[in-house]
Amino acid sequence: MDANKFEYLLRQGDNALILSQQLSQLCGKGPALEEDMALTNVALDLLGQTRMWLTYAGEIEGHGRDEDRLAYLRDTRDFRNCLLVEQPNGDYAQTLTRQFLFDTWHYFLMRGLLASRDRRIAEIAEKSIKEVTYHLRRSGDLVVRLGDGTDVSRRKMQDALDELWTYAGEMFLYDDVDLAMVAQGVAPAAEGLRDAFMIHVAEVLDEATLTMPPVDAYVQRGGKQGRHTERIGYILAEMQFLQRAYPGVEW
Amino acid sequence: MSKEWPLWEVFIRSQHGLAHKHVGSLHAPDAEMAINNARDVYTRRNEGVSIWVVKAADIVASSPADKDALFEPSNSKVYRHPTFFPMPEEVKNL
Repeated sequence: MDANKFEYLLRQGDNALILSQQLSQLCGKGPALEEDMALTNVALDLLGQTRMWLTYAGEIEGHGRDEDRLAYLRDTRDFRNCLLVEQPNGDYAQTLTRQFLFDTWHYFLMRGLLASRDRRIAEIAEKSIKEVTYHLRRSGDLVVRLGDGTDVSRRKMQDALDELWTYAGEMFLYDDVDLAMVAQGVAPAAEGLRDAFMIHVAEVLDEATLTMPPVDAYVQRGGKQGRHTERIGYILAEMQFLQRAYPGVEW
Repeated sequence: MSKEWPLWEVFIRSQHGLAHKHVGSLHAPDAEMAINNARDVYTRRNEGVSIWVVKAADIVASSPADKDALFEPSNSKVYRHPTFFPMPEEVKNL
């Protein structure tokens, strides 16, 4: 088994899975019908991508774990999502800012993975990028409108941005797993991703009349290695309840 | 000023060669977001190749009260209806 690749695939799958789970909690509670449907659509897109990542992860691991077992029967420390996606939905400014930061990184990562030397990963990226392109367009459009909106909406957006910014950098902190994937030509290097991310974020925030936090701000880390915030436990408790209470149940 | 987003009417072209068809309405703060919202609300099942959105307030509609004056006269002129020509099976969507 290629342990590094297994880890790398879990990270991709868990990012999509946890964010999808969080967004689906807003189903029926969005601030407007149109937003509600859009959020749920994004949640479904991400769940579909999760399946592709975790299915492949299970195959690489070779112990017969499928995507369902990986999603529903791992505990908090075995999750490899970055801290950003487990931040609370909060108010809509927080939901949206988290989405925008994630979408921007996600988009440039998928673009990089199109050229992955692992054909399976390149195929997953190709399937995902059409969805992700739309996610990014939508969340960016909304950041501009709420940032350059009323005094209240601008303040809420700036607060959310300042709060979540500290979690945005983790995606670009490459550890041995990430570096092994770069060395194998499987994953794109951090520097190019980070530059593309910063340029796009700066453009959108400028149009949104929001102030971009310092590029070299302090970065929270640990999620990718399984050291999470307290919140992951609550997310998994709800997401995994059925399989934990009724092992093997199907519908 | 109203706090509600304005209402937009959504038209979708389901395939090339067909006209855009009214599919419903939605709320959005501006035209670009209306297109985004239309995509999310009305095209999740691969319905379209193109979307139009029009501000509902910009649509000028005929009054229902004028129905008879506008439409009734044509009903009595049967020769205006192209019902006497058999259409070949192959011609669809006419």
